[in-house]
Amino acid sequence: MSAPSDNMPIPAPAIRSKPLVVRHLPYFIGAAILVVLAANMNFDGYVHNILLQATTFAIAVFGLSVVLGLCGQINLAQAAFFGLGAYAVGMGTTDLQLSFWLCLVGGCLISLLAGAFLGMSTLRLGGHYLAMVTISFQQIVTLVMINAIWLTRGPDGVPNIKRPDLFQSSQSYLAFCVAMLAIVGYLVWHLSDTKLGRAMRAVRDNELAAGVNGIDVFRTKIYAFALCALLGGLAGGLFAGGFAYVSPDQFSFAESIVFLTMSLLGGVASPIGSAIGTGLLILIPEWLRFLKSVPGLYLAIYGLFVILIIRFMPDGIWGFVADAFTRWRAKLPAPPVAGALHLKPAMTGGDIVLEVIGLSKHFGGLKAVDGVDIAVKRGGVHALIGPNGSGKTTTLNVLSGLYVATSGRIVLDGTDITHMPPHQRTASGLGRTFQNIRLFRSMTALENVEIGAERPGNTMVGKGDDALTERAMEALTFVGLGSRANELISSFSYGHQRLIEIARALASNPTLLLLDEPAAGLNSTEKLELHELLKRIAAQGLTILIIDHDMTLVSEAAQHITVLNFGRRIADGESMAVLRHPDVVSAYLGSE
Amino acid sequence: MDLALQLLFTGIGIGAVYSLVALGFVLIFRATNVVNFAQGEFSMVAAYLMVVAVEAGLPYWAAFIVALLGMALLGAVFNLGVYYPLRHRSYLPVIIATIGASILLANSVLAIYGPQPQVLEGWFETPGIQVGPVYLDSQYLLIIGVTICLVIFNFWFFEKTLLGKKLQATSQDKEMASLLGISVSTMIMITFIYSAVLGGLAGILVAPVLFVSIQMGSTIALKAFAATIIGGFGDVAGAIIGGLALGVIETFGAAYVSVPYKDGFAFLVLIAFLIFRPQGIFGERVAEKA
Repeated sequence: MSAPSDNMPIPAPAIRSKPLVVRHLPYFIGAAILVVLAANMNFDGYVHNILLQATTFAIAVFGLSVVLGLCGQINLAQAAFFGLGAYAVGMGTTDLQLSFWLCLVGGCLISLLAGAFLGMSTLRLGGHYLAMVTISFQQIVTLVMINAIWLTRGPDGVPNIKRPDLFQSSQSYLAFCVAMLAIVGYLVWHLSDTKLGRAMRAVRDNELAAGVNGIDVFRTKIYAFALCALLGGLAGGLFAGGFAYVSPDQFSFAESIVFLTMSLLGGVASPIGSAIGTGLLILIPEWLRFLKSVPGLYLAIYGLFVILIIRFMPDGIWGFVADAFTRWRAKLPAPPVAGALHLKPAMTGGDIVLEVIGLSKHFGGLKAVDGVDIAVKRGGVHALIGPNGSGKTTTLNVLSGLYVATSGRIVLDGTDITHMPPHQRTASGLGRTFQNIRLFRSMTALENVEIGAERPGNTMVGKGDDALTERAMEALTFVGLGSRANELISSFSYGHQRLIEIARALASNPTLLLLDEPAAGLNSTEKLELHELLKRIAAQGLTILIIDHDMTLVSEAAQHITVLNFGRRIADGESMAVLRHPDVVSAYLGSE
Repeated sequence: MDLALQLLFTGIGIGAVYSLVALGFVLIFRATNVVNFAQGEFSMVAAYLMVVAVEAGLPYWAAFIVALLGMALLGAVFNLGVYYPLRHRSYLPVIIATIGASILLANSVLAIYGPQPQVLEGWFETPGIQVGPVYLDSQYLLIIGVTICLVIFNFWFFEKTLLGKKLQATSQDKEMASLLGISVSTMIMITFIYSAVLGGLAGILVAPVLFVSIQMGSTIALKAFAATIIGGFGDVAGAIIGGLALGVIETFGAAYVSVPYKDGFAFLVLIAFLIFRPQGIFGERVAEKA
C-alpha cells in the first residue's frame, strides 16, 4: 500500500506519444506491399479463388472478433449477415442494374440495421437468448432465400453479378479486396484501444462494474453486434462481386459455424487471430479435399474442432503469442506521472450532497429497505452501518442503480437520479466500489483506471488518450500503485485490487464516493493504510459514504453515522452519539 | 370450425413434442446454468437409433428400449466429454462447446447415413379414430398421452422422491448441496442422462409424424427454446405450456398464412416475447447480485 512519499509530485514531462499514423507506419507499408503483390502476381484461377475467398471471409471473421472477442457476446448468424450483403450486391447489380458501390453500401446498411434490431431485442437478456435468437435469424434468412423465389430466385441463386468498372479484371478486384481487408483489419485492431473498444472489453469482463463506471452496457453491446453485422455485410458484398454468383447454400447455418470455428481457432481476441484462423480453415479443407466426398464428414470434424479448441486452447493460436506480449508489457516501466491527483467534486447543489427520502426496496414480501432517509453533508465521511441483513448493501445497490427503488427519491447534488440507469448516475457524479471486488480481469491496472477516468462529464481529464493515461496514472499513484500500472489485475494481491478499484473511482472525479465494505478481507496494517487513504481523499473535499463492519474504522473516519436494522433507520447523527445510542447497542449486542 | 378443431388437435400433438425437448433444456439449465444447444440433436440421434434398431429386425418395443438405452449412454458421454471439463468456466465457452457437439452429432449421422430422410413406422396398426368432426391420429394421441404421463412422473419424481429432491438441491445451490453430502457431479450426470432420454423420447415419438432427417434436431431445438422463453426461462410448467402454445400457433400459421414459412413463426413469436415480455408468461430468475 501507499507510502506517503508516493504521493509527492514526481517531476516528469507530461506524456506525449507519437501520432498514431507514425507509430503504425510499418502496418501500412506491409499492407501496401500485399496489395501491390495481389495486383501484380499472376495466380492461376484456383489459387486466385482461394485467395479471394480467404480475403472476404477474413473480413466477416473480423466482425466476430469484435462481438465475441472484444465484447463477449455470441453471434451464430454471421453467414446470414454475410448473405444479406451478398444478395444486396447480387440482386442490385443484376435485377435492378444499380451501381456496385451503391449496392455494397446498401448491403452494409441492411446488415447493420438487421444486426441493430436483433441486438436491441435481445441484448438486455442473457447470452443464451442471443445464441438462440441468432440461430433463429439465420434460419429465417435461409428460409427466405430459398422460398421467396420472386425476390431471390430461390435455390438457383443469382448469376452474372457485376463488379465495379474500376476493378473489372479479377486480378485488380483481388487487390481491391486485399486493400479493404487491410483497412478493416487496421480499424478492428485499433478499436480495442479506443473509448468504445475499452467499453466493450469492460462489458465482456464485468457488466455490473462497467455500468457503475459510466458505460452504457446495453448500447455498447448493440454497437458491437451491429458492427459485427456490418462487417459481415461488407464481406458478403465483396464475395458476391468476386465470384459473380451467389446461392442460398453458401449462407447457411453451417457457414456461420465455419466462421465461428475460424474465429475460435485463430483466437477471438485479435484480428490477427481471425486472419490466421480464416487462412488455416480455408487451406486445410483444400488439402483434405477427400473429406468432402462424404457429406457431413468435414463439418463433423469442425464440430469436434470447436469442442477441442474450447477445452484445450481457449485463446486460440494467436492467444499464445498475445500471452507472451502481455508478460512483456507487464515489465515495461509505467508511464511517467506529471503531478499529484486533484479531486474537484462538483458543487452545484446545496449543503447536502446526497439526499435520500423515504427510500424503499421490496423483494416480493421482503422489505429489505423500508422508508429510509439519509442526508449526506458535503465534504465529510458519512458511514452507513447495521448488523448483517439490515439492508446496507441493498441501499447502496439502489443508490447506484443496480436495483430499482420500490419507492422514494434519491437526489445527488441537486439532480434527481431516482430513475436513471447506473451509467447515467455515474455521469451525474456517483462513484462506487464493490464489496466483492469487480475489476476488469483481462486488463492492466492502468486500463482499469482509464475506464474510470473516461466517465462522461469528468472535467478533470483533458482531451485525447495521453490526458487519459495521465489522469489514470495520477489516480494509481495516489493509492500507491503507480509503479505497477502495466501489470494484469490477476498479479495483484486482494488488498491491492481494492486500492485499484478505489483508484478507478477516484480517476472519474466523482461528486460522491460510495465505498462498499472497503475494509473487508484486509489485514490490520492494510486497514490502517486504508484509513490514511480515506483521510487524504476527504482532505481534498470529496464526500464519502462508507459501509463497513469495522467499528474502529467507522468511528475514527466518519463524522456522521446512519444505522439501519431490518431495513429501517434506527439512528442517525454525530458518530459518538450514535454509537452510544441504546437502540444501536441493542441491535449489535442484543438487548437483555 | 371443424378445421380449427382438427388443427388444435394436431397443434397440441406437435406442441407436446416441443414441450418434452423444452423440459430437457430446462432441467439441464437448472442443474448447470447453461443451455445445452445439442438438446435437439438428442431427439434426432434417438430417431435414427430407432430406425436402425427396427431395420435390424427388433420388435418395436425392444427397438424402443434399445434406443432409449443408447440415449442414456449418449447423455453420459456428452456430460463427460463436453460439459464436465468446462464446468468451472463461464457460460460462453460451455455454450460454444455444446454448439460444437451439436454440429458433430448432426454431421456424424449425416456422414454415416447420408442425406436421404428415413421413414419410421408408427407404433399402432390402426392409423386413428374419427370422433365427431375431428380425426384423431393414433400417433398424436400417443404423443399427448406420453407427455401427460411424463409431466405427472416429473412432478412425482422431483417433489416426492429423495433423488428428485437431491437433484433440486443441486440445481439451486451446488456448494450447499455438496456440504450436505450430495455428490454434485453424480447429480449433474443423472440430469444429463435424464435429459438425453427425454429428448430421445420426443424424437422417437415425433419420428413417424415427420421424416427422420438430419435437420429435425435443430428445428425441434429452436422451437423448444422458443417455448422455454414463452413460458418463462427455467420454469418447468412454463416450458410445457410454452411448447403447447407454440405447436398450436405454428399449426394455425401454416394452415392460414403460409406453409413454407411454417418454421419461421416460432422465430416471430420468440422476438415478440423478447421485446414485450422477456420474462415469459411465468416470470424469470432474478438478476445477478452485486
